[in-house]
Amino acid sequence: MIQYILKRLGMVIPTFIGVSILTFSLIHLIPGDPVTIMGGERGVSAEQRAEMEKTLGLDKPIIQQYLVYTGNVLKGDLGTSFVTREPVMDEFLTLFPATIELAFFAAVFAALVGLPLGILAAVKRGSVLDHTVMTISLTGYSMPIFWWGLLLILFMSIQLDLTPVSGRIDVMFWVDEVTGFMIIDAWLSGEEGAVASALHHLILPSVVLGTIPMAVIARMTRSSMLEVLGEDYIRTARAKGLSPIRVVMKHALRNALIPVITVIGLQIGTLLSGAILTETIFAWPGIGKWLIEAIGRRDYPVVQGGLLMIAVIIIITNLLVDLTYGVINPRVRHR
Amino acid sequence: MSLLSIKNLSVTFGTGENPFRAVDRLSYDVNAGEVLGIVGESGSGKSVSSLALMGLIDFPGKVSADELAFEGKKLLAMKEKERRKITGDEIAMIFQDPMTALNPCFTVGNQIMEAIAVHQGGSKKERKAKAIELLRQVGIPAPETRISAYPHQLSGGMSQRVMIAMAIACDPKLLIADEPTTALDVTIQAQIIDLLLELQRKKNMGLILITHDLALVAEAADRVVVMYAGQVVESGPAEEVFHNPSHPYTEALMKSLPESSEGKDRLDALPGVVPGANDRPNGCLLNPRCPYATDQCRAQEPELTEQGNRSVRCFFPLTNREDAA
Repeated sequence: MIQYILKRLGMVIPTFIGVSILTFSLIHLIPGDPVTIMGGERGVSAEQRAEMEKTLGLDKPIIQQYLVYTGNVLKGDLGTSFVTREPVMDEFLTLFPATIELAFFAAVFAALVGLPLGILAAVKRGSVLDHTVMTISLTGYSMPIFWWGLLLILFMSIQLDLTPVSGRIDVMFWVDEVTGFMIIDAWLSGEEGAVASALHHLILPSVVLGTIPMAVIARMTRSSMLEVLGEDYIRTARAKGLSPIRVVMKHALRNALIPVITVIGLQIGTLLSGAILTETIFAWPGIGKWLIEAIGRRDYPVVQGGLLMIAVIIIITNLLVDLTYGVINPRVRHR
Repeated sequence: MSLLSIKNLSVTFGTGENPFRAVDRLSYDVNAGEVLGIVGESGSGKSVSSLALMGLIDFPGKVSADELAFEGKKLLAMKEKERRKITGDEIAMIFQDPMTALNPCFTVGNQIMEAIAVHQGGSKKERKAKAIELLRQVGIPAPETRISAYPHQLSGGMSQRVMIAMAIACDPKLLIADEPTTALDVTIQAQIIDLLLELQRKKNMGLILITHDLALVAEAADRVVVMYAGQVVESGPAEEVFHNPSHPYTEALMKSLPESSEGKDRLDALPGVVPGANDRPNGCLLNPRCPYATDQCRAQEPELTEQGNRSVRCFFPLTNREDAA
C-alpha cells in the first residue's frame, strides 16, 4: 500500500511541470499586458512602461521569467499580485475557505440527490420515474452554469423571495473572520440566527454549482447499478431470502459505488472550475471571483498561482479518491 | 405428503397472444431425503423452473401453476414477505458459477452469517461460530481464518464449498443444485458432488440435482426428470429410465455420451438445437430432430402419459416398441 502511494506521488511531479508550463504560457497568450491595463485610458509613456516592466520583472526574456517563477514556486513563493502588491499565497489562503465551503455544500447536494435518484432510476428501470430522472439529469448537465444561476436567482430570489440574491451572510450580522468558513465563523460569533443566515445564503449557489455533478452522479449510479443488478451474486443474495431493500442497498450498492466514487472524484475539478462562474454570479468572495478579476487585469502572478493551486488540489483529491478505492473494493486492498 | 409438489408449473415470458413458454406444464414431486435429477440440453427450462421454485423470476416473466406446494404450503398464494421466509431457509439453492455467485465486496463469513441472521437471528458471536462450523462441514481447511477471506482469494472449488455452506446454513429441507459443477475442474467436480450427496444423506434433505451429466444422475439420483424445450418428456426411477429409455430424446441423450460411441469414428450427437421462442414446431416439439418421427408426430402434440412408475410424452414410446418386437 505504501509503495502504491509513493508510486502515485511520483507520478504527480511530471503533472506539476506540465501544469506550470501551461498556466504560465496561457496567461501570456492572452492579448494585452498588465502595464497597458494599469495605464487605463490615458495610456503610459515609453519610459513609464519600461520602468513598470522592470519592477514587475516583465523585461526579461519569457524563458527566464518562467525559470525565475518556477524557482520561486519551489520555494513556496507564488509571487506578489501586480495589483494589490499582496503575496498571491496569502490572498489565496484568505479566499480559499469560501470556495471550499461552497464546493463542499455543492458536493453534498450532488451526492445526496444524485445517488438516490440514480439508485431509484435503476431499480425502477423503464418506469416514468426512470425517464423523469434521466431527463432531469440530462437537462441539468446541459444547462450552462451562468444561465442556470441567473434563472434560479430570478425565480427563487426575485419572484418568490425565498433565498438571498448574493453574498455569504446577511449584512445585519457582523462576523469576525477566524477560519474563513462562514458557517463556523458565524457559529463562533454566537450571534443568534447567524448560522441560519449563512446556510440560507449557501442554498442557491450550492444547487447551481452542484447541478452538473449531481447529473453526472445520477447517470453513473444508474448505469453502474443496472450492471450490478444483473450479476449472479445479486441472485444469490435474493436466494437467501433477503428483502429487496437489503439486496439493493447492501449487495448491489456497495459494488455499484466503485465506479461512482471515481466519477465523484473527477467532479472535484468540475466543482472548482464551476465555482469560477458561480462565485461571479452570486458575488461569492472565493478564488473563482478572484481569478476572473485577475484575468481581467492581466495579473499574471495571481492567475498562475491560483491555477497552480487549483491543479494541486485536483491532483491531491484524485489521489485521495484512488486511496478510498482500497477501502471500498477489497480486490484492490488484498492482492 | 411429499416435500415439494409441482403440478403444471409454467413460466412464460412476453405478453400478447403467444407468450414464450420457457417452462411448460412441468409436474414433479420431491420427497424428503430423495435425490431428483433433472436433465436436458441447454435451453430446456431446467434452470428457469428452479428459479421459479425460489420465487426469483422477475417481470416480465410470469409463473403459474395448478399447484406449487412446499410441505403443503401453497407458495404462489403467499405474500412475497411470507415466501421470503421459506426462501433461503427451508428451500435453498446453489448456482452454476461459484466465482460470480459470491459478492466480491464482502467476506465469505459475512455472506454466510447474513443468511443465518435473516432466518435464525442469534448474536453475532453465535452466528460466527455457526459459520465456522459450516465451513468445516463443507471441508474448508482452517475455517477460522478463511471466514474473513474475500471471494477473490478463493479458488472455484473453495467458492462452491462456500456457496454450499451458505445454502445449508439454515438446515434447508430442500436443496436445489443448479449445475453445481459445470464451471469447475473435473477433479474438483467429483469432490463437490460427493460433498453434496454426503450432506444430503446426513441431513436427510430433498435434493434437486440439475445437470448435464447423465452418468452422475444415473448414479446419484433416485428419480429423474428429462426435460426438453420446457416440457417433461420422460420421468421415472433413474436406473430404469437410463437403462431402458422410453422417449427418443432420452435415448439420444444416452447415445451422445462418449462411452456409447466407442469404436465409432464420430460421436452420436442429436442434430439441431432446442427450439427457441420463434421456431417452435407444430406437433411434438422434438419431431424435427427425432429419427422416429411420423406424420402424427408432426401434426399432434403428445401428452405426458403415465405407465406404472414412469411417465413419457411420446406417441410411440421405445419401450412399447421393444415389447411389440
